[in-house]
Amino acid sequence: MSDRIIDQTAAELSAGIREGRYTSVEVTTAFLDRIDAIDGTVKAFLHVDREGALATAAEVDADIAAGKETFALAGVPIAIKDVVVTKGMPTTAASKILEGWIPPYDATIVERIKTARMPILGKTNMDEFAMGSSTEYSAYGKTLNPWDTGRIPGGSGGGSAAAVAAKMAPLAIGTDTGGSIRQPGAVTGTFGAKPTYGSNSRYGLIAFSSSLDTPGPVARNALDAALLHEAISGHDPRDSTAIDAPVPPVVAAARAGATGDLSGVKLGVVKEFKEGSDAAEPGVIAAYEAAVEQLVKLGAEIVEVSCPSFAYALPTYYLIAPSEASSNLARYDGVRYGLRAGDDGKHSLEEVMSLTREAGFGPEVKRRIILGTYALSAGYVDAFYGKAQKVRTLIKQDFEQAFESVDAIISPTTPFVAFKFGERTGDPYQMYLADLYTIPSNLYGGPGVSVPVGLSEGMPVGLQVMGPVMGDDITYRVAAAFESTQDTLLADTAPEIEGK
Amino acid sequence: MSTISREEVAHLARLARLEVTDDELDAFAGQLDVILESMKTLAEVDTDGVQPTSQAVPLVNVFREDQPQPSLPRDAALAGGPDTFEDRFRVPRILDEEA
Amino acid sequence: MSKLNTYEDAVAAYEPVLGLETHIELDTRTKMFCGCSTTFGGEPNTQVCPVCLALPGALPVANRAAIEATIKIGLALNCSIAEWTRFARKNYFYPDMPKNFQTTQYEEPLCEEGYVDVTVDGKPYRVEIERVHLEEDTGKTLHVGGATGRIHGATESLVDYNRAGIPLVEIVTKPVPGTGALAPEVARAYVTELRDIVRSLGVSDVRMEQGSMRCDVNLSLNKPGAEWGTRTETKNVNSLRSVERAVRHEVRRQSALLDEGIKIIQETRHFQEGTGETSPGRSKEEATDYRYFPEPDLAVMEPSREWVEELRASLPEPPRQRRERLQAEWSLADKEMQSVVNADAVELIESTIAAGAASSSAVKWWLGELSRRANEAGEELGALQITPAQVAELQGMVDDGRLNDKLARQVIDGVLVGEGSPAEVAQKRGLEVVSDTGALEAAVDEAIAANPAVADKIRGGAHAAAGVLIGAVMKATKGQADAGSVRQIILDKLAG
Repeated sequence: MSDRIIDQTAAELSAGIREGRYTSVEVTTAFLDRIDAIDGTVKAFLHVDREGALATAAEVDADIAAGKETFALAGVPIAIKDVVVTKGMPTTAASKILEGWIPPYDATIVERIKTARMPILGKTNMDEFAMGSSTEYSAYGKTLNPWDTGRIPGGSGGGSAAAVAAKMAPLAIGTDTGGSIRQPGAVTGTFGAKPTYGSNSRYGLIAFSSSLDTPGPVARNALDAALLHEAISGHDPRDSTAIDAPVPPVVAAARAGATGDLSGVKLGVVKEFKEGSDAAEPGVIAAYEAAVEQLVKLGAEIVEVSCPSFAYALPTYYLIAPSEASSNLARYDGVRYGLRAGDDGKHSLEEVMSLTREAGFGPEVKRRIILGTYALSAGYVDAFYGKAQKVRTLIKQDFEQAFESVDAIISPTTPFVAFKFGERTGDPYQMYLADLYTIPSNLYGGPGVSVPVGLSEGMPVGLQVMGPVMGDDITYRVAAAFESTQDTLLADTAPEIEGK
Repeated sequence: MSTISREEVAHLARLARLEVTDDELDAFAGQLDVILESMKTLAEVDTDGVQPTSQAVPLVNVFREDQPQPSLPRDAALAGGPDTFEDRFRVPRILDEEA
Repeated sequence: MSKLNTYEDAVAAYEPVLGLETHIELDTRTKMFCGCSTTFGGEPNTQVCPVCLALPGALPVANRAAIEATIKIGLALNCSIAEWTRFARKNYFYPDMPKNFQTTQYEEPLCEEGYVDVTVDGKPYRVEIERVHLEEDTGKTLHVGGATGRIHGATESLVDYNRAGIPLVEIVTKPVPGTGALAPEVARAYVTELRDIVRSLGVSDVRMEQGSMRCDVNLSLNKPGAEWGTRTETKNVNSLRSVERAVRHEVRRQSALLDEGIKIIQETRHFQEGTGETSPGRSKEEATDYRYFPEPDLAVMEPSREWVEELRASLPEPPRQRRERLQAEWSLADKEMQSVVNADAVELIESTIAAGAASSSAVKWWLGELSRRANEAGEELGALQITPAQVAELQGMVDDGRLNDKLARQVIDGVLVGEGSPAEVAQKRGLEVVSDTGALEAAVDEAIAANPAVADKIRGGAHAAAGVLIGAVMKATKGQADAGSVRQIILDKLAG
C-alpha cells in the first residue's frame, strides 16, 4: 500500500484528518495537484474550484485544531457531476445550452455536502443532460477511461467515475437514471451505488427523467460509498417524491459485509437475464461467474428467480425516459438563463427559441426529445407512453415478487467492458444496450450497486447487486463481502496515467 | 415499411421547438425507426387491467403549508437572463398569444 | 370587419348553446408549488425563486391551502370531490410560462359534476358544472414598441414572473342549451353568481378588473331542432358586462355567417373591450398537441372523506340562499332586492344594519344617496370612502333629530373627502339641527310678520299653507332646523 494521499480511501482520509496525520488542506491539495497533473489527459472535470475547495479544507482544519466536533467526511474532498446544481459554481449538464450559467442556489445534496464540510473539487463531465452511456455526448469533449485511454469511461457519469478511478477524487457524486452511476463504475473499476428512488433528494438535480433519476455515490469501495450515501441521504421537504423514512443503515451494512460472512443470504439470479445474455460478452460473463463462486464460498445461497417482463425493460425505459425528458427540457428556451441564439432583431421569439434549442442541444438530446415528443403525442400516447407505464407496473410486480424469495438479486452490471470511442455512437440502439441490466432497478425503484469484480480483456468488469425498495443496506453488505475476498481493490491496480 | 417518416420527424421537431437541419432529419428518421421498431415489442405484452406506474415509489398527499419563504434577490433572479431590461426578461417580438 | 345580424334576427333564427370557462386566482399567501409570496403589485421579478422561474433542478411541492380552497369551491358548486386525483403536465411553449409546460389537471380533476342555479327574468336556469380543477398561472408580458401595448406590432416584450405559479382554479361548465334570446343574461348571471359564491368562501378576491377572475366564453348556434353547431372560444372577457357583450356579439356574427352558408370554424377569438367585438387569433400552423401526461414530480392526492366533510362543514351560507333570507328580513320586493344585488350592496347593507341602522334606512342610504355619489364618481359603491358603521352613525343622528336629511347629505360630503366620522364632520362644519326653541320661535315670529296673508290663511284652517312659512324659517336658519318642529311651532302660534 502506497503512502500517497491520493491512494487512500475516503474512510482512511477521514480518519487521517481527524487524527492529525495530515490536514484537509494537504489532502485537498494532493487531489487538486493530481487533477492538474493528469486531467489534461483524462478530461474528467469541466470545472475545478481550487480556491473554494482549499477554503473549505482550511475551515475544517481550523475546526479540528480547535477540537470542534466534525462530520464523518469533513475535510475529504469530493467531485460533483455537472448535472447537480451548485450555487456560484458553473453548472452546465455538459450542454451548450447552459454554457456560462451560474446557479443562484444549491441542490439539497450539495447543501448536505457543504454541511458535512467536504471540499468541492469541481464539476465532472458527463453525457449531455445525462443521456448516454459513454460520455461521448458531452458538449465539452470526451472523458477517457484511465484503464485504456482509447476507450469510453462509461456514461452518463463518465467524469465522476474516471475522476475516482484516476485518483483525482476520493469520492464523487453521480446520478443514475438507467445506469449512469453503475455502468461507468463497472467499466472504470470503481464502486457506484444507485440508492432507492426517493431516498435521496432530487432537488437541484437537473432533471432528465423525473420518475427515474436518482443521485448517488461514486467511490473506490463499498464503505466509502456508504459513508457518502449516509451524508447525502434523507427526507427533503422540497422534493415531493422524497420518502420520509429513516435512511437504510448502509455504513453498518458495509462494515458487516467486510467480515466476509454471507451465510443465510439468498441471492437471486434472474433466469431471463441469463436467457437474454446473448448481448453480453463471454469475458464479462466469466468474470461475473467467478464472482458468484466467491459469494457462494462466503455462505450465500443462489436462487433462480423469474422476471418474465425483463425482456421489455429496455423498450419501456426508452419510452418513459425520453417522454419525461422532452417535457423536462422544454424550459431551455433562451429566455431566463443559458444560451440564446438567433436574436438578431429579425427573428421572432418563436424562431429564437427554436434556433436556441437547435444550437444548444446535441444530437442525442435532440433524438430523445423527438422520441419523447412522439411517444406522448396524440394518437401514439396510448400505444407508447401509456403502454410503457403499464409494462412498468408488470416489471415492478416481477421484482417485488422475486424479493419475496431472495434478499438481493445479482447480475453483471453491464453486458460489455468499456468499448472504444465511436464504436456505438452511430447506432443509438447498440449504445442503449449498455444499460440492459441496470435499467430494471430504475423502473422498479429499488437500489443497485456495482462493485468491481475482475477483468476481461484487461478491462474492469462489475457485479451488480440489486435490492428491494429501501433495502439499500443488503446491496452494500453483499458488495463489501465480495471486496473482502480480494487482496487489493481493483481500483488500486489501474495502470498509471501519464500527465500531458 | 418504416414506422416514422421524415415528415413526421419534422412535425415532432416543430412541436418540440427544435430547428433541425435536413441532414439531422434524415439521420433521426432512420435512427428513430430502429428504436421504435424495438419498442413495438411492447404490444405483445398483455396489459389488460394493469394500472400504469407514473412513479417509482408512489407517495400520496405530499403537501406544503402555506407559509411564505424568501424569494431570490432580484439580481440573482435576473443574473442568468441572456437579455434583461428594467428588471424584466427581454424577449424578441412574439408572433401570437398562446401557440 | 365581419357582417353582423341584428340580435333579434339572430335569435329568431338560431338557438345559442353557451359554455363558460372561468379562471380564478386563489388568494393563498404563497404560490401553488413554491413559497413565493402572491401579493399583487410587487416590483417585477421580486416574487420568484428557482421553482417558479423553472431554474434547472427545481421541483414543485403542492400548497395544501390551495387544494383546500379548490375543494371548497367544488363543494360550494355542488360537485363531487375526487377520491383519487393528480396533476398533469400540459406541454406547450410560451415565454411567460417558465417550464414551457403548465402543471394542471387532466383526466382526474379535483371536483366534478356540480351545478349553479341562476334566475333571469324570473325564470330559473341550472348551469351544470363539468369540472373544477387546480393549475398554475403564467407570468405577465409587457409588449413594447407597439401602438397600445398590444402584442401585434410590438417589437419586443418584457416578462415579469411574479404572477407565474399563483394557484389558479379553472371552472368549466357543461354546454348550456335552452337559453334562447336570454343567453347573454344567463351567461352574466352565472358568472356573477360564481363570483359571489367564491367571494363568500373567502378564497379569492375575484376581481375581474384586476384579473383575479377571468372568463372564456364558448358559443355555438344551431337551427331549432338541429344538432349543436361548431363553437368558438372567446378569451379575454374581463368584466361582467363584457361577458354579456361577447355572447351577444358572437350570436350576431355567427348567425350572419351561417345565413350565408359559411361554416363556423372552431377557433380561439379575442374580445375587444373597446368595440365590444371579437377578433380571431392568428390561425395555427398545425393543430396543438398538448401531450398531457401525469406529473411525475408531484404525489397523487387522495382527499380523505373526513377532510372533505370538515371542509363542507366550514362552508358559509350560499349567497343565493342568503339573499333570499335577507330579502325576507329586509322586507324588500323582488325588484328592490335585484337593485341591491346589482349595486353590489348586500354586504354593505348587512353591515350597516349590524352597526345599528334599521334595514329600511340602510337600504335607503346605499341605494339612494350613496349610489348616486358612486355613479357621479364613476366608482364601485364599495369603493366610496364611507363605511357601513359610518352610515349607521349618520342614520342614528337623523333618528335623534340632530340631523335632517339635507344636513345628513352635507355630512356625507365631509365624510367622503376624509374629514372624519359623521359626528366629527357635523361638528367641524357646524351642521346641527337648531333645537333652541327660543331661536326657532323668534324665526317663526319673523316669518309670520313678513307673511301676514299666509298667516291669515293658516288661521283660517288652511294648514297646507304652513309650507311657505316653514320655507322662510328654514332659509333663515340656513336649513339647520327640523322641519317637523318648525311646523308644530307655526301651527301652535296660529291656532284659533
